[in-house]
Amino acid sequence: MKYIDEFRNPDAAATLVSQIKNISSEISGKKIRIMEVCGSHTMAIGRYGIRQLLTENIELISGPGCPVCVTAPSYIDAAIKLAKAGHLICTFGDMLNVPGSESSLAAVRSEGGHIELCYSPLNALEFAEKMPEKEVIFLGTGFETTIAPVISIVDIAIKKNIRNLSIFIAFKLIPPALYALASDPEIEIDAFLCPAHVSAIIGADAYIPFVKKHHIPCVIAGFEPLDILFGIEGILRQISEKKAFVENQYDRIVSAGGNLKAQMLMERLLEKTDAEWRGMGTIPGSGMKLKDEFKNYDAQKKFSVRIEAEKKSSACLCGEVLKGKIKPPDCPLFAKSCTPSNPVGPCMVSSEGTCSAWYKYSRP
Amino acid sequence: MCLAVPMRVCEIYDDGSAVLELDGASYKASLCLLDDVKRGDFVIVHAGFAIEKVHQKEADERIQLFRELAEIQKENNL
Ligand code: SF4
Repeated sequence: MKYIDEFRNPDAAATLVSQIKNISSEISGKKIRIMEVCGSHTMAIGRYGIRQLLTENIELISGPGCPVCVTAPSYIDAAIKLAKAGHLICTFGDMLNVPGSESSLAAVRSEGGHIELCYSPLNALEFAEKMPEKEVIFLGTGFETTIAPVISIVDIAIKKNIRNLSIFIAFKLIPPALYALASDPEIEIDAFLCPAHVSAIIGADAYIPFVKKHHIPCVIAGFEPLDILFGIEGILRQISEKKAFVENQYDRIVSAGGNLKAQMLMERLLEKTDAEWRGMGTIPGSGMKLKDEFKNYDAQKKFSVRIEAEKKSSACLCGEVLKGKIKPPDCPLFAKSCTPSNPVGPCMVSSEGTCSAWYKYSRP
Repeated sequence: MCLAVPMRVCEIYDDGSAVLELDGASYKASLCLLDDVKRGDFVIVHAGFAIEKVHQKEADERIQLFRELAEIQKENNL
């Protein structure tokens, strides 16, 4: 398989691990805390046992990079209401079992709600064309990587004059989350392993203002084991040389400027807004919504959806996990009442979730 | 949802969709977020859309670097 085996070579990994050990022994004193912001990194770190290869003074913590996990329960509640109102809800599969404050979309579906799982947002467009009498609502959650594909269907719907399609939006942007994490005095992060495919859209240069402000090394790495090890080595090199810059180690995919076509589409249809992150609260300018001229495609406006404030607090500590304050085993429910087949919180639902990755790969 | 592995473009249609291949299996994806994709290119697909091409030169350089790192380990083991 092209572009795969080359990035999983065990000999190269062994060299990288010994280089990592050498550099980390030079950095004496405190623990080095590296946050991987992307859920796919979290999964890969678990799957390839990368945590176990590192020295004790390096701590890999998972950030808020799983789109399902950071979606607020109030959003799920509102989506459930839309389903109960008889609309056709189209969604990526991993949203199905995310608990809202009282129920989940899976429960509504088993009670007869019309919910279709989509591999691509284009599937929602097909439903809308096939069933002109139905209102089709796509659950638009996700980061920059997902935003561009999702709003492409709005662009196509406008061109084809399809009017029974709308997006219920909870888009999130990664750079504002980095600022929020770096400004939180309770979270000490020495470096960010930046997401691979979010960066493909926004470009490596998008992190420069952040690094200038916070002087925290940002290294963009791919998802293969050698990519991640080399990314960690790059981070340690910056720390040992007391430097902080943006290093793009995934330049086989990520360019300095990113995917301009996707960026232009986003600029044309969307504008920034504040967004609520599960566990992190509202982060200014960290969301995107359709511009007012496209409000007929915005489910929230089209159906006057009210997003209620969170009602009851659950025992789930996802919020703390997402900020890297605790590790999943520190949650009293972890692997006890909360498991992937019976998840209490979203971090256990999504395969990219930190709790689910720990459950699968790092249980003692 | 996020397929982290590059897929090869086999067929491109007029409507901007394409058939991609990975490990013998074929997939459909939209190319509307990219310009100038050709048959034989490798792309990264997310949620049914190709979001970026694999840049050949950079990929080759990285593969070369990792080969050299593997050599170091082999020599150390001798
Ligand atoms: S183990 Fe379950 S309950 Fe605990 S933080 Fe993770 S998802 Fe929430």
